[in-house]
Amino acid sequence: MGSKQTVFTHEQLEAYQDCTFFTRKEIMRLFYRYQDLAPQLVPLDYTSCPDVKVPYELIGSMPELKDNPFRQRIAQVFSDDGDGHMTLDNFLDMFSVMSEMAPRDLKAYYAFKIYDFNNDDYICAWDLEQTVTKLTRGELSAEEVTLVCEKVLDEADGDQDGRLSLEDFQNMILRAPDFLSTFHIRI
Amino acid sequence: SSHPLASVSQSARITGVSHRVLPNSPFLAFAGDRSGRRPSSKQAPPGRRGSPPGQQERARGSPRPGSPRRKQTDRRREQRGQERSAAERTCEGKRKRDGRASLREQRAPPKKEKEVLKKEEPWTRPKKPRSSSLASSASGGESLSEEELARILEQVEEKKKLIATMRSKPWPMAKKLAELREAQAFVEEYEGALGKGKGKQLYAYRMLMAKKWVKFKRDFDNFKTQCIPWEMKIKDIESHFGSSVASYFIFLRWMYGVNLVLFGLIFGLVIIPEVLMGMPYGSIPRKTVPRAEQEKAMDFSVLWDFEGYIKYSALFYGYYNNQRTIGWLRYRLPMAYFMVGVSVFGYSLVIVIRSMANNTQGSTSEGDSDNFTFSFKMFTSWDYLIGNSETADSKYAAITTSFKESIVDEQESNKEENVHLTRFLRVLANFLIICCLCGSGYLIYFVVKRSQEFSKKQHVSWYERNEVEIVMSLLGMFCPPLFETIAALENYHPRIGLKWQLGRIFALFLGNLYTFLLALMDDVHLKLSKEEKIKNITHWTLFNYYNSSGWNESVPRPPLHPADVPRGSCWETAVGIEFMRLTVSDMLVTYITILLGDFLRACFVRFMNYCWCWDLEAGFPSYAEFDISGNVLGLIFNQGMIWMGSFYAPGLVGINVLRLLTSMYFQCWAVMSSNVPHERVFKASRSNSFYMGLLLLVLFLSLLPVAYTIMSLPPSFDCGPFSGKYRMYDVLQETIENDFPTFLGKIFAFLANPGLIIPAILLMFLAIYYLNSVSKSLSRANAQLKKKIQALREVEKSHKSVKGRATASDSGDTPKSSSKNATQLQLTKEETTPHSASQSQIPNEKAQGSGTVLPASRHLPVSQPPGVRPGSGHPPSQARPCRSASGKKAQRPP
Repeated sequence: MGSKQTVFTHEQLEAYQDCTFFTRKEIMRLFYRYQDLAPQLVPLDYTSCPDVKVPYELIGSMPELKDNPFRQRIAQVFSDDGDGHMTLDNFLDMFSVMSEMAPRDLKAYYAFKIYDFNNDDYICAWDLEQTVTKLTRGELSAEEVTLVCEKVLDEADGDQDGRLSLEDFQNMILRAPDFLSTFHIRI
Repeated sequence: SSHPLASVSQSARITGVSHRVLPNSPFLAFAGDRSGRRPSSKQAPPGRRGSPPGQQERARGSPRPGSPRRKQTDRRREQRGQERSAAERTCEGKRKRDGRASLREQRAPPKKEKEVLKKEEPWTRPKKPRSSSLASSASGGESLSEEELARILEQVEEKKKLIATMRSKPWPMAKKLAELREAQAFVEEYEGALGKGKGKQLYAYRMLMAKKWVKFKRDFDNFKTQCIPWEMKIKDIESHFGSSVASYFIFLRWMYGVNLVLFGLIFGLVIIPEVLMGMPYGSIPRKTVPRAEQEKAMDFSVLWDFEGYIKYSALFYGYYNNQRTIGWLRYRLPMAYFMVGVSVFGYSLVIVIRSMANNTQGSTSEGDSDNFTFSFKMFTSWDYLIGNSETADSKYAAITTSFKESIVDEQESNKEENVHLTRFLRVLANFLIICCLCGSGYLIYFVVKRSQEFSKKQHVSWYERNEVEIVMSLLGMFCPPLFETIAALENYHPRIGLKWQLGRIFALFLGNLYTFLLALMDDVHLKLSKEEKIKNITHWTLFNYYNSSGWNESVPRPPLHPADVPRGSCWETAVGIEFMRLTVSDMLVTYITILLGDFLRACFVRFMNYCWCWDLEAGFPSYAEFDISGNVLGLIFNQGMIWMGSFYAPGLVGINVLRLLTSMYFQCWAVMSSNVPHERVFKASRSNSFYMGLLLLVLFLSLLPVAYTIMSLPPSFDCGPFSGKYRMYDVLQETIENDFPTFLGKIFAFLANPGLIIPAILLMFLAIYYLNSVSKSLSRANAQLKKKIQALREVEKSHKSVKGRATASDSGDTPKSSSKNATQLQLTKEETTPHSASQSQIPNEKAQGSGTVLPASRHLPVSQPPGVRPGSGHPPSQARPCRSASGKKAQRPP
């Protein structure tokens, strides 16, 4: 108990528990993971809410993320100004959304943001191309990529406007059998 | 009467005040409603109202009896909030595309949320005066404060809900914290301290348990996949070579499982009892190596041919004694032998057919994934759990492969060509292949005939003796590539092409099987014809031995040494040995082919490429592809050999289990080390029922000769468990007569009556016919339903696209108005219903009538296409339920 008090106040912990899917213990564990990333940057006292950011280079090198083709997008989506540098709050947010307990809707919302590379709130053909290229490490030829993107739009685009809106995306992902099992990070 | 009461409880629920009290005591609420709303709202115990979020959460998890409406409105509010924010975000997104836009977007929702809350108030207001005035004429003066209170209470409820669901809101943490603080302050201000103690702990405990449960399930799943042998190996192969190559290995694994069961059956019920309880080696002639062979019986060259000691071991039919019972268990070995032989076939038939049925069932139950093949691949195929670069590499490969597979499928379905040309080419190809098959069939027939002539001659050269084998292997070597070349004409999808290829090579291999069986049958008949003579010789020898003079009559003569007794050729063991040899040589040939054809070739290509005039890797020899059809058919025919041979060589299954095991590892290694993926990686058909169909055919074909020998050939007189009987199946009759009570024997005899069997067969045919027609009609209905669903989807899509375009073109005015019209139409309908009803003064019917209209109207806004739902069209649709409900209340008899 004593060590917890030095990092967070009781109220802070309570609030974090209300805002994430983590228990007290897990929040502390996540904090130490975060702190380990940049021990010289992150203070061991968070009671005064210091404004500290860990740069993306360190976040992206976490073993949980380093092999993920979308790690940069994840960091960008959850960071405050889209540059991938994360505060502790962002960090907790990220793993809360990626936890097993997070509901499908929440996950779908953030998955949409992750796949929306140009942040225009629609997954357009360009975003899809990026996704395919990242998924296959550019092993597919240009025509194949185009074909795949066309097919995806054809399948999931409910209102036929040539791009996927959040609603189209949710509608599609709701039926995906293994979205929940694949879209989570264990920590 | 109960109806007024029900309507009261409903009305109370609508105001959202006393719904917590209601489930417990509708009567109390009724009274409170009558006497005025204030008491019920004010007297609601604070402990109840201030129930901690944990309890609320729980209440929401299980359907609370009282408040479907509240939930619905909440949901609607949320939806609207999201839509509006999405709409605003688009505008914003268009304006600003830099990084800061996203920040704003994330900050944007709360404002809208508040707006929504504010906008909700106007439409919540009108219902209040009405309801309160209707509900309580007595407390009319206090209606204003009560109304305020109700609103505040509602807001408190909302805030509490917000606190409970804060963690699943898509906001950044700072925002969540701020909202949380605000909500908590609000709740505290109006309700006193928020219960933090027990509820929180309970919630935490629940979360913990849920997590534990999830973890347990995960571990269990992991354990289950770990229990599947070679799963990782096969996944690995699948990710590099596609599912079609993996399907071979899955088939191999399945085969291994089946053989393991057969092995357990034969070893447990036949071989082990014989070894443990039967007479030991050397006790009787059939268990002894004859004197003439004894010198060489331990030589490797002899053992390699399964002669010598191996021939006279429990691995073969001839070793078993015809003693009815063995050991202190009085185990009926001949009976067990027979039953195991039958059940090997029975089990195989059942398992093959069941797996075929399972496959077809599995293939029909996939609905949505057909419609979203590419989308699912794109958005859900990456496993975010991967934290290991090797796994990640193979995952990349797997995703690429699966994309390629789907692309091939897609290209194939989009292909448009000259139909006539394709048809002509296909007919031509089939004609050519039929010519090839006929030619090779005739060649085999010709060669077999010739070999029968050769066998009559005294001196045959090496070529003449092995002509059949040479021709067969030449055919097997050159025909499949020829077929493949011809099949290129047909231009089928590779998956369908594989099926054709499998079918054609299967037909070719049937010739192989035919010659083998024919030769075997000739041999058996030859041995059977000699048997009578040998039997006489044996008798004569024994007779002479015991009756010869020159032995002291007083001392009983020691029995003749078993090795010296002349014996028959035991055709069953000969057949078993033949199958053994075939299996082993087949295995060796397969392995050597892999080593030479794949591995050495790969090594050559890989290393000689540095010093060669042309590019070996891209040019002529290149690396080998994995030969799916050849391997599958090899496996199937090998299994046929096992089925045929296992009756005569119980040890054969054991050897086969070893073979499958080694070939699993060996081939996995060979594929990964020295093969390249197919040029067009294609998806295996969802069910490998084609393999299973071929297997079933082979099973049937291998059942025939065994059944023939059991039913119509006499067993050898001096070897095997059935020696001395007229036919092998006599052992059944013997057991029934000796071991069962007589009435059972009578029943069996009665059952065996043809007068009973023929009607039974007829009945079975009728049942098959009936079930077949039923399944056909069901599948037809299934197809129609699928078509309907597809059509519905199309309609929905086009509908949406039309509306979407309309909204895009004139900023959403036209569709909105149309939807408004619709809702208004509904509205008027609902309002008129209660009025007319109240005029007609039949309360019960009215209540029901409005009740039936209500749900429909409630569903409308939810199911509306979202494109047509911007902004101001909503208040009326939201207000509708309340109005109709209050209208309903109006009809309540005073």
